Amino acid sequence: MRSSLPVRIFSAAVTLALALILLDGLWHFFSWAIVHAVWSVPRGADGAPDTDLCRAAIGRGACWAVIGEKFRFILFGFYPHALQWRPAIVVALFVLLFALSLNPRFWRPALVAVWLAVLALVAVLMWGGVFGLDFVAADQWGGLPITLILATFGLALSFPLAILVALGRRASGLPMIRWLAVAYVELIRGVPLISLLFMASVMLPLFLPEGIDINKLLRAQLAFILFAGAYLAEVVRAGLQALPRGQQEAAAALGLSYWQATRLVILPQALRHVIPMLVNTFIGFFKDTSLVLIIGIFDLMTTGRTATLEPRWQGFGNEVYLLLAAIYFAFCFTMARISRLLERRLNEPHLPIEEPA
Amino acid sequence: MAVAALRPRALLWQALALGVVAGVIAVFSINAAHHLAARHIATGFGFLSAAAPIPIGESLISYTPSVSTYGRALLIGVLNTLKVAIPGCLLATLLGTLVGIARLSPIALLARLAALYVELLRDLPLLLQLLFWYGVFQTLPAPRQAMRPLPGVFLSNRGLRIPDLVWQPGFTGVAFALLGGIALSFFLARRTALAPGLAVRLGAFLPVLLLPAATLALYRPAFRVDWPALHGFNFQGGASLSPEYAALLTGLVLYTTSYVAEIVRGGLAAVARGQWEAGAALGLPRGAVLRLIVLPQALRLIIPPLTSQYLNLVKNSSLAVAIGYQDLVSIADTTLNQTGQAIEGVALIMAVYLSISLTISLAMNFYNARLARQAG
Repeated sequence: MRSSLPVRIFSAAVTLALALILLDGLWHFFSWAIVHAVWSVPRGADGAPDTDLCRAAIGRGACWAVIGEKFRFILFGFYPHALQWRPAIVVALFVLLFALSLNPRFWRPALVAVWLAVLALVAVLMWGGVFGLDFVAADQWGGLPITLILATFGLALSFPLAILVALGRRASGLPMIRWLAVAYVELIRGVPLISLLFMASVMLPLFLPEGIDINKLLRAQLAFILFAGAYLAEVVRAGLQALPRGQQEAAAALGLSYWQATRLVILPQALRHVIPMLVNTFIGFFKDTSLVLIIGIFDLMTTGRTATLEPRWQGFGNEVYLLLAAIYFAFCFTMARISRLLERRLNEPHLPIEEPA
Repeated sequence: MAVAALRPRALLWQALALGVVAGVIAVFSINAAHHLAARHIATGFGFLSAAAPIPIGESLISYTPSVSTYGRALLIGVLNTLKVAIPGCLLATLLGTLVGIARLSPIALLARLAALYVELLRDLPLLLQLLFWYGVFQTLPAPRQAMRPLPGVFLSNRGLRIPDLVWQPGFTGVAFALLGGIALSFFLARRTALAPGLAVRLGAFLPVLLLPAATLALYRPAFRVDWPALHGFNFQGGASLSPEYAALLTGLVLYTTSYVAEIVRGGLAAVARGQWEAGAALGLPRGAVLRLIVLPQALRLIIPPLTSQYLNLVKNSSLAVAIGYQDLVSIADTTLNQTGQAIEGVALIMAVYLSISLTISLAMNFYNARLARQAG
């Protein structure tokens, strides 16, 4: 249908105006980020970088020298400099694990074993102390590995909890268990994550017997598992609800017990349906890990913020934030795209996902 | 199901689950009591009536450090949370609707830009966006070189200063008249929605204007505007928004807008084209089709996810603590550090957010149930 002339003139005018605004913005950014940017600064007599060149360019050009100077700190925090190949491998391992898990070809029970193996390997690489690796205490860890660890361990360790809670919420004839599951999910989802992190950082030490002192990172990880469990339980519940009742009844008719039916018939189908939703939830967790900044754990956000607070580099926050934004965006955008592809594939009746052998 | 059939086993499972939860709570309580006794910290909420030496920058009610109580300080925190959450929800709904409609626009560039906006802001942590906006508001010029986008409006590193209307007693009557006018118009609009003449349909909205105008003429309160002006190094007069508040509101609204936009787009796209055509075939005017046929169906899809976005915005406002806006979490955090009342402090935070969440859920569920009834 052809639109009328006034409508077409209006669209053309809007397009032209938007294009002009866009070009102007792009030009300003290009001029700031490339043309007038300072890429590196000389070192002063004391060996420390001399940032005068950057200061002179403030308002006109970006100071990328701050990234060159600080990128290892932003990526790995206070991890011993000579040993930073270990967290670097950890980051690569996580990326591989994500790539593997997002490919339907690998959706089979063995994937659980792969996850456990990778998580164990991550722990060995970060801590060390075995196989001739030097021991590195958890309070020296920092940067991108912390962000990935909090999100991934949070997902993996809260998953069994989430499945139990989701099953408990649907258990007929078990009113007490259903009530506990509902209370847990609604309580956690009703309060901000930051209050759970406060709980882990200031309340948990009070709850533990004397002499047991859990490291701060581990406490935050516990809070994260508790948090993730409630949101994942809702995702799993959606998967369970999408299954026709006949599945449960058919399994029971075959003589399978509740747990056999759940393990062999219900969960494999229910979980498959919610994988795109699961990926979206994980993207949320990945962004939410940044909140540990508030309780002083050195994740990617905190190392970046710390880098901008050093007196010598103060005033170049936007450059650092751009780097952080690029890293977060790369992870979240890729996962969001794959999640959408999976969703489309799961919804297409003629192109079934390959069944596991 | 299989489990339900086996009564004794069902009882055993429940007893076991309850026992584990009760056991954990018992062990935690005993340990906590022991620790608190060792540190000479009294449990309970007695600290709420103690004087609070917390400096508070912005507050809707009067407060004096070291004189006012912790209870009052925490109440200010709750009010400050609401002060950012309520305008945040309204603005995010407004902007989100615009961006959502823009994504469906036949103007390709506009649709692409809206999509880019949504994609970019959803995939960056909110905290990063807040730190960025806070940085932006801090690098604004000093008061002496303040930007003046409009006469009487000053934008500087001290925040935003705007002219303030001094409240006169007569305004209260006008406000009530406005509420009455809205209610009356709402009633009339429902009655005249199918009326043939445009003039009649528009006429239903007259009470919104007429009632307040009549009250204004009756009371004739004096309009007195408090204009901000530069005195020395800072501004005097007018109303002000702190840079912290401005950064928090900007960040929250822009972030939530990207989610609301997707919800609105999905809701509108889900209403089949045939609904528009069927409405037109019945001879209904276009506005009536939108209001009576398309929107009720779209809203039924939009309201539930929109509710959870409102809940998220309220919970996300707790990130205020990272940029120094004194919301509930920030003041409670200071309180529990000063008094050592960690358990009570965290419990208070949770209780307040749970009540806000439940209130929003209830209100939106009520609205949604009404919509579902109307659409039948």
